[in-house]
Amino acid sequence: MNAIVKVENVGMSFDTKKGRFIALQDVNLQIRSGEVVSLIGHSGCGKSTLLNLIAGLTLPTSGVMLCSGREIAGPGPERAVVFQNHSLLPWLTCFENVYLAVERVFGAKEGREALKARTARALEMVHMEHAAHKLPQEISGGMKQRIGIARAFAMEPKILLMDEPFGALDALTRAALQDELIGVMEKTGATVVMVTHDVDEAVLLSDRVVMMTNGPAATIGEILAVELPKPRDRLQLAHDARFAECRAAILEFLYQKQMKKAA
Amino acid sequence: MTTATLAQGLEGPSAAEMDSGTRNASHVARDGAATTTEAPVATSPAPGPVVNRPAIGEYFGSFMRAVLPPLIGLALVVGLWALVAMKSSDFPGPSKTFDAAVVLFSDPFYSNGPNDQGIGWNILSSLKRVAVGFGVAALVGIPLGFIIGRFAFMNSMLAPIISLLRPVSPLAWLPIGLMVFKAADPASTWTIFICSIWPMILNTAQGVQRVPQDYLNVARVLNLSEFRIITKILFPSVLPYMLTGIRLSIGTAWLVIVAAEMLTGGVGIGFWVWDEWNNLKVEHILIAIFVIGIVGLLLEYLLLLIARRFSYGVN
Repeated sequence: MNAIVKVENVGMSFDTKKGRFIALQDVNLQIRSGEVVSLIGHSGCGKSTLLNLIAGLTLPTSGVMLCSGREIAGPGPERAVVFQNHSLLPWLTCFENVYLAVERVFGAKEGREALKARTARALEMVHMEHAAHKLPQEISGGMKQRIGIARAFAMEPKILLMDEPFGALDALTRAALQDELIGVMEKTGATVVMVTHDVDEAVLLSDRVVMMTNGPAATIGEILAVELPKPRDRLQLAHDARFAECRAAILEFLYQKQMKKAA
Repeated sequence: MTTATLAQGLEGPSAAEMDSGTRNASHVARDGAATTTEAPVATSPAPGPVVNRPAIGEYFGSFMRAVLPPLIGLALVVGLWALVAMKSSDFPGPSKTFDAAVVLFSDPFYSNGPNDQGIGWNILSSLKRVAVGFGVAALVGIPLGFIIGRFAFMNSMLAPIISLLRPVSPLAWLPIGLMVFKAADPASTWTIFICSIWPMILNTAQGVQRVPQDYLNVARVLNLSEFRIITKILFPSVLPYMLTGIRLSIGTAWLVIVAAEMLTGGVGIGFWVWDEWNNLKVEHILIAIFVIGIVGLLLEYLLLLIARRFSYGVN
């Protein structure tokens, strides 16, 4: 498996009124094709900043960000993003929202019928065909996030970036969407980087969990390899000892090691 | 304020209707259950007309609640008016004004020459001037608003000029209009233009500045072209703000046209008010007040409906 994204000695600082604020420092990370990586850490640890750097929404102040060997110069559909608040355009129907992305990526080479078929397939993948002609305000929060995921997957990106995609949802909806995501990732074999606050979610969904230290000047603290077989079933894992170990390792990092530093 | 109550009045009865509908359904359900399981008849309500009475009563009640207070308000105003008319010798009372109104509206479109036309023509003439001035203001103001909102340099450049000119009464612009156009009609239209343009510019600019960063992020990730960004994201997002600017403008425009016409003469409702004052026909002035108010209300309501049609639960 080759590395799709390489983060080499990356640092990110912002100029604020109170002086220079160093968000990230000396971050080194490689993301391999087909793997699912979670970024987890306390608030202010720079995980969203790191995700934005990979997405190209901001550029690093030091170091190099590479995607498929090329420097990341800006955002683009090959690094699709699922935002925390779905960011669906409210004046377009769900179908049109996904179509907008599909047309942008494949419009030059494919005709309208092919684009419509792609959009329909993306909606089917998240089981939202029935809501294709509804406007975003006519569907629930969980459904909106599903459309957001459909839009991102429809672009067939090299890497999918998710910034706390289920953070705004209640626990039951979150569980349903996590299962949905497992299914989609299984089907497409996508490479995913996900920012999350939820330890269970991180262990359930990822191949590796990247734990970040507290800010400022945050960096990667530990990386945990989750070697549970896929596809994962949450009910089975509830009884699994290895799942509990992984969870414990992350919790230890977050609440023992990082808390001591903060204190 | 009256626009809001008008809207409320329209929504009131339908809400009550819905309530009574569900009540009927639950009654029917209860009846159905009673007959199949042979539950004690004493506990279930008697079927038939008895079920409908509370529903109609509720509908009637909410209808009265919506319509009665405004009617009472109106009656109070008319009563006060009659009182004032009785005390004063040349202030006409409601009945005298009503008779004059009947005469006026029985033939609203007569024409005895350029200075003596029916009230219908006067209103249409004023509306035409408002439409033209308004239309030109929209054509100039909305694109300018877009430019100011999108480019910070233009904003810094034009903001002091706008802040300086905005508080000036539009009527102060009237002499300049008369001087440039040398005729009353275009001068009045010019005055409408200059007073309606400010809310359109400012609200559009604000709308552009307030496009949620989320939508712009979507545009960036999708790498949309500038044209696509404007048509698919900026324009629909700014539309509610634009419509608010337009709604604010129409109120001021209608206000200003009456004043401008009083000063310039010609054909129009404002001119007609001034003319009737010169003829000491006070009933006609009071009628004009009602007419101006009603037309202004209708214009605002029309724009409110348009604004509702194009808002989609954003913000």
